[in-house]
Amino acid sequence: MQSPSLVEVRGVEKRFGGVHALRGVDLDVRAGEIHALVGENGAGKSTIINILAGAVRRDTGTILLDGAPVDFHSPADSQAAGIAVIHQELSTLPTLSIAENIWAGRMPSRLGWVDQRSTFDRSASLLEEVGLDAAPWTRVSELATSQQQLVEIAKALSRRARLLIMDEPTASLTEHEVQRLLALVRRLRDGGVSVLYVSHRLAEVFAIADRISVMRDGCTVRTMDRADADPAGVVALMVGRALAARAAATPHALGAPVVELRGLSRHGAVHDVSFAVRRGEIVGMAGLVGAGRSETARLIFGADRADAGEMLIDGQPVALHSPRDALAAGIGMVPEDRKQLALFIDAPVRWNVSMARLPAISPGGIIRHGRERALAEDFVERLRVRTPDTLTPVRHLSGGNQQKTVLARWLAIRPRLLILDEPTHGVDVGAKAEIYALIRSLAAEGIGILLISSELPEVLDLSDRIVVMRGGRVAATLDRAAADERTVMMHATGTA
Amino acid sequence: MTAPSAAPAPSRSSYRPHAVRRAVGARESWVFAALVALCVVMSLASPYFLTVRNLFNILQGMSTIGIMTIGMTMVLVAGGLDLSVGSILAVGAVLTARLMTYAGLNPWLAVVCGLLAGVAFGLVNGLLVTRVGIVPFIATLGTLSMGRGLAFLLAAGPAGTVASNVPMRDPGVTFLGAGYIGVVPMPVIIMVVLAVLAALFLGNTVLGRQIYAVGSNVKAARLSGIAVPRVQLFTYAVTGLLCALAGVISAGLLSTAATNLGQGVELDVIAAAVIGGTSLNGGEGTVHGALFGAAIIAVVRNAFVLLGLPLHFQTMIIGAVILLAVGVDRVRR
Repeated sequence: MQSPSLVEVRGVEKRFGGVHALRGVDLDVRAGEIHALVGENGAGKSTIINILAGAVRRDTGTILLDGAPVDFHSPADSQAAGIAVIHQELSTLPTLSIAENIWAGRMPSRLGWVDQRSTFDRSASLLEEVGLDAAPWTRVSELATSQQQLVEIAKALSRRARLLIMDEPTASLTEHEVQRLLALVRRLRDGGVSVLYVSHRLAEVFAIADRISVMRDGCTVRTMDRADADPAGVVALMVGRALAARAAATPHALGAPVVELRGLSRHGAVHDVSFAVRRGEIVGMAGLVGAGRSETARLIFGADRADAGEMLIDGQPVALHSPRDALAAGIGMVPEDRKQLALFIDAPVRWNVSMARLPAISPGGIIRHGRERALAEDFVERLRVRTPDTLTPVRHLSGGNQQKTVLARWLAIRPRLLILDEPTHGVDVGAKAEIYALIRSLAAEGIGILLISSELPEVLDLSDRIVVMRGGRVAATLDRAAADERTVMMHATGTA
Repeated sequence: MTAPSAAPAPSRSSYRPHAVRRAVGARESWVFAALVALCVVMSLASPYFLTVRNLFNILQGMSTIGIMTIGMTMVLVAGGLDLSVGSILAVGAVLTARLMTYAGLNPWLAVVCGLLAGVAFGLVNGLLVTRVGIVPFIATLGTLSMGRGLAFLLAAGPAGTVASNVPMRDPGVTFLGAGYIGVVPMPVIIMVVLAVLAALFLGNTVLGRQIYAVGSNVKAARLSGIAVPRVQLFTYAVTGLLCALAGVISAGLLSTAATNLGQGVELDVIAAAVIGGTSLNGGEGTVHGALFGAAIIAVVRNAFVLLGLPLHFQTMIIGAVILLAVGVDRVRR
């Protein structure tokens, strides 16, 4: 029997400035189902989530809740209607206790005083329900990310949420944690909660969803029962074009070392790291979070200073004291957190692309606007950055296109060595494929690439050589042929 | 100058080009419209408003604030703040006058020394912020106080308590403040020339662009190879220079450098920049916007004089204008 719709979205459109983010979204989430929403970055998933959460107003279209039209003016309206959103970036307050986070502002009280006993009991039962084994007075900052996520789910349950929207809930979880979370989501569904599950990871989607909706270019292109869907078909619907087949091993020859590290160290972060990246070589850096990969990258890029060891570029010892020195030496770095560390979010795409290259194309320090424009338009076209024009503020672009903008900035300096720190973080299947193809073609042009990624298949697929780090040290250096997922993980976890 | 002067690219996709929205949406054009509206209202309210003499009086009255606002805009756009502008003005004025009148230095050499003192003052501000790492508000609050004390010291000497001003009578130098070319007051010419130069600088040079970048995201600016401390230092130094120049102009206008010159002026300068669309969070703001802001304040002041309104309302109205300008901008977004 088909259960009735809890939430129905009909023909919703939204524009941000000139960017038509949603061009007609139809979506219905039935009572007690897990409904997966998939789509490339920029397809409009975040926008529709934000509209349902009351954080963004729609331009046109209707939203029905239990068949009646609703209009959310604020997140409070949406919460009152029984919708809870677990964002990818968790919104827990780290200095407060679990109980305070769950009840934030709604503590069970008696005569205006917080009722400690009732707060404790009710928190404890919610924690049991979500499977978090911690005392309610534990400070949230002491919890792991996966546990903080459970706190957020408990908070949603405390509000008696009927629709739980989860945006990339497994992005920073280990495999074991993912399995536990999926089991919890199923239990919630069986308890009558509807779940809108937004994820790039199709394996999870197929493991958990009752139905799947695919978005592309601001529209929902299809909704289907899981039984009627297969991963290849879903990917085809998402990208609307055929994906490039998986490439074989790098066909080109490798040159002399571009950069060579000898015993590079920085107190408390990086210890005695030595390896080299050759011209045209893609060196992957694998390791668990906190293994010292980004820290090593920052040393190479001059963003932090090394305490000991030396670094050679083209065989000559160099001392890089700042990113500016690194840039002058032909090193570029796409940092791991593009919003915090790379983008000038309100500035036009053009400025973002030209920023590092600008001094070199501006004789006498005077900007040649024509040259700057040509540079930006060239890279926007080459990297297929989807933007109305290069004067659009980069804020209006989707995450994947923002990432391409950052890549363009560093390609513009014609680097010898390009450090890519999690270049596909939060990027969907289609944009990922484009970025992979780009990385390969850059290597083929003779650029040395240092690729840091937490996605093992990505590292294995792209790298000529893999440096595995653990506890700030190089645990192993593996050739492409010798590397597989199991070997790398054993070195990364210290079980080899 | 938030966008380069080149025309936007023709749209390659089905999206509409943004040129129109950008032109209409630019905050400076709203500020300019408000200024024009204010002038229209004033012309109707008073027959004395729309006269060449009164308009140039307004411009002359705002010129020292306008010149300082040019520097303040750069500091604010780079994400900084300078509360010491009034003290720099006083130090520049008193030092120049003292060297000229008491030390008998060549008047123009004295002016150069006064301006260099302003640059040095600005560099101290900048170094406190970039090298010592004191937040701009506190660093320049400290130098505001020290600078005012320095102005007293320069006027009266270590033991003196008498002199509160130093005469400055060289006809060449006083011309900078009190002179006219035709009907146009000299300070107005200086302000306009400096504003045009600053606008060209911000919109068309790498350093100007980097000022916006640093204010918009300081971490990203550093990781993009920008020498962040150098950029910040530059904005404070330029502000020091412009404030000392404003000091020489003020002293020239009055033929004397008073130690209380420019006291409290930092609030007017910040207000002008903010009304004109400069963000205190950095990364946003233009020179012409800031001058429109300074002009609005000057016209409001003039209105109170011409219409004979009680002066305590003036401060309230200017406060309201600041809140209105920023408030409208917040709501519009």
